[in-house]
Amino acid sequence: MGRFADLFLGMLGAEPKKPEKVSEDVRRIMIVKYEDKERYIKEKLHARAHHHPSHVWRNRRWAVLLAVNLLFVVSFWLDIQILEGALTASRFVGFHMVDLNSALHVMLAHKHIIVNLFIGTFTVFLLWVMLGGRTFCSWVCPYHLVAELTEKIHLALVKRKWVTDHEFHRGTRTVFWALFAVMSFVTGYTIFETLSPTGILSRALIYGPGLALGWVFLLLLFEVFWSRRAWCRYICPIGLTYGVVGAISPLRVSYRVEHCFHEGDCRKVCLVPHVLDVTIKGRASEASMGLGPDCTRCGLCVDACPTGALRYEVKGLSQLL
Amino acid sequence: MSAPDTNDKAAPKRPPVSLEKARKARRKFIRSAGLTAGVIGLSLLGYIPVLDARAPRLRPPGALDEADFLASCIKCGQCVQVCPVSAIRLGDLTDGFGIGVPYIDAREQACDFSCDAVQCILACPTGALTYTKPDFLPVRHGAALAQAPVLKAKAQDPEPTLNLKERFGLARLARPEACLAVQGRGFSGQARGPAFKGRMRYVEVDRWQPIALRDHPYERELCDLCVTECPIENAIAMESFTGADGVARFRPVVGEQCVGCGVCEMVCPAEPAAIVVDAQAVWKEG
Repeated sequence: MGRFADLFLGMLGAEPKKPEKVSEDVRRIMIVKYEDKERYIKEKLHARAHHHPSHVWRNRRWAVLLAVNLLFVVSFWLDIQILEGALTASRFVGFHMVDLNSALHVMLAHKHIIVNLFIGTFTVFLLWVMLGGRTFCSWVCPYHLVAELTEKIHLALVKRKWVTDHEFHRGTRTVFWALFAVMSFVTGYTIFETLSPTGILSRALIYGPGLALGWVFLLLLFEVFWSRRAWCRYICPIGLTYGVVGAISPLRVSYRVEHCFHEGDCRKVCLVPHVLDVTIKGRASEASMGLGPDCTRCGLCVDACPTGALRYEVKGLSQLL
Repeated sequence: MSAPDTNDKAAPKRPPVSLEKARKARRKFIRSAGLTAGVIGLSLLGYIPVLDARAPRLRPPGALDEADFLASCIKCGQCVQVCPVSAIRLGDLTDGFGIGVPYIDAREQACDFSCDAVQCILACPTGALTYTKPDFLPVRHGAALAQAPVLKAKAQDPEPTLNLKERFGLARLARPEACLAVQGRGFSGQARGPAFKGRMRYVEVDRWQPIALRDHPYERELCDLCVTECPIENAIAMESFTGADGVARFRPVVGEQCVGCGVCEMVCPAEPAAIVVDAQAVWKEG
């Protein structure tokens, strides 16, 4: 099977595999890298010493996330009508935009698609095909931001050994995706929306808070005390929907094995660390590789990497430039 | 349960897995199954308020029948944003599957059609609110309006009707004994008192800008607010009748043109309202 299929199955829950074939380039890179052990260690320490941990991409991302969500809020509150609606469906200066997962569930439950719904869905589909589907998660979803903040509490508690992270099987999300889809189709109710913290938070910001925030709070408690980023990692079907949509996206984070010291700083900060399995020594098969569809393009690894082995890339464009 | 007793029969290919590893994997699987059951179970709790439909919600004009409405609404609130009197609110967690779905609390703020064009329908991206129902959805008996409703505010316009084919509720004199007209009494002052925040459009004050009900006091010898303030023509009228005491009295009678907007319920000075709108109710002959 090709790497694309492996990455796709990895998103659905399969364990990352060791490569069957390693390219000549990578073989050469690895030989050169480890030829002189002393030089290698020296270079590594040098890179560490000169690495000033930055939060450039995180800050940019938070700014974008806040800007998008606040644009919804001010559009309504100040009646400036730039971005009307909520994250589930909206109008951007009059053009329909419909969240792909919400649209899918309305279509499954209602079994009827009107023109506006189709237009809005298709527009958003194209947008995220271009920008990398799960980019939605880390650059737009308001739950991602609050979960990212409470994750810090979780990690602090883990460090003090007061809590441990209980992992679930990553395939659970695929099961949820299928179950929610079947439930929408069979019952005729968009059942997932009852729980979706993305919709709940977006509406709470725009139309005012409600009891539903209590559910979001419980979710966050679960993530702090029981399982790190559980909703995004193991449950949320929105992430999988966008992951599938962005599978062929040209915008991605790419990995260059040549610059990597295989220390794993990136995997520690990652929401979906399995996409970074390629950074484990012996896992890279090409000199430059994309991280795959489950990557949310959040850039935490780009910020964390001391050597620049991980960076944003627009496929095809870098060759042109 | 099924201990791996594969001594020499079926284990030639698979690498030996340590007992600890196998136990961890099994725990993880059970934990994941538990998470799945738990979250799906929680999501199904949303059925309770939906099945417990003792008090159906008054939906915005043009809403599909309740089950179809819940299925097709994408919970974005664009209808909320365009309503000039802020009549539309969104359901909360206690509405179950109706979370984020728009409804109107007519007593607090009724839809008075001050937008003229039923903007909420225009704003809906999924057709949950619609001018024209798709063919495959049936129209409930008594839900269809016999004629296009004429909006009093537009009566002088070349096109005075509202683009609305079905009613979304039906008014009913629920407590005739509390009705001021039935009691033969008049009304003067603010219909709902000084603290009431509801708004309405009065064409004689401003064609487009709704004002607060409390800023528009009334003076009536016989209370007929539900009839005069009704935005639809021929939807409600005062009729005379002979009371139990043999005295000639008047009472409001709801006609077939009633669309269920709830303005009568909002303006009714009796507390609680003598006339109410029954959400999702249909017209019954006789």
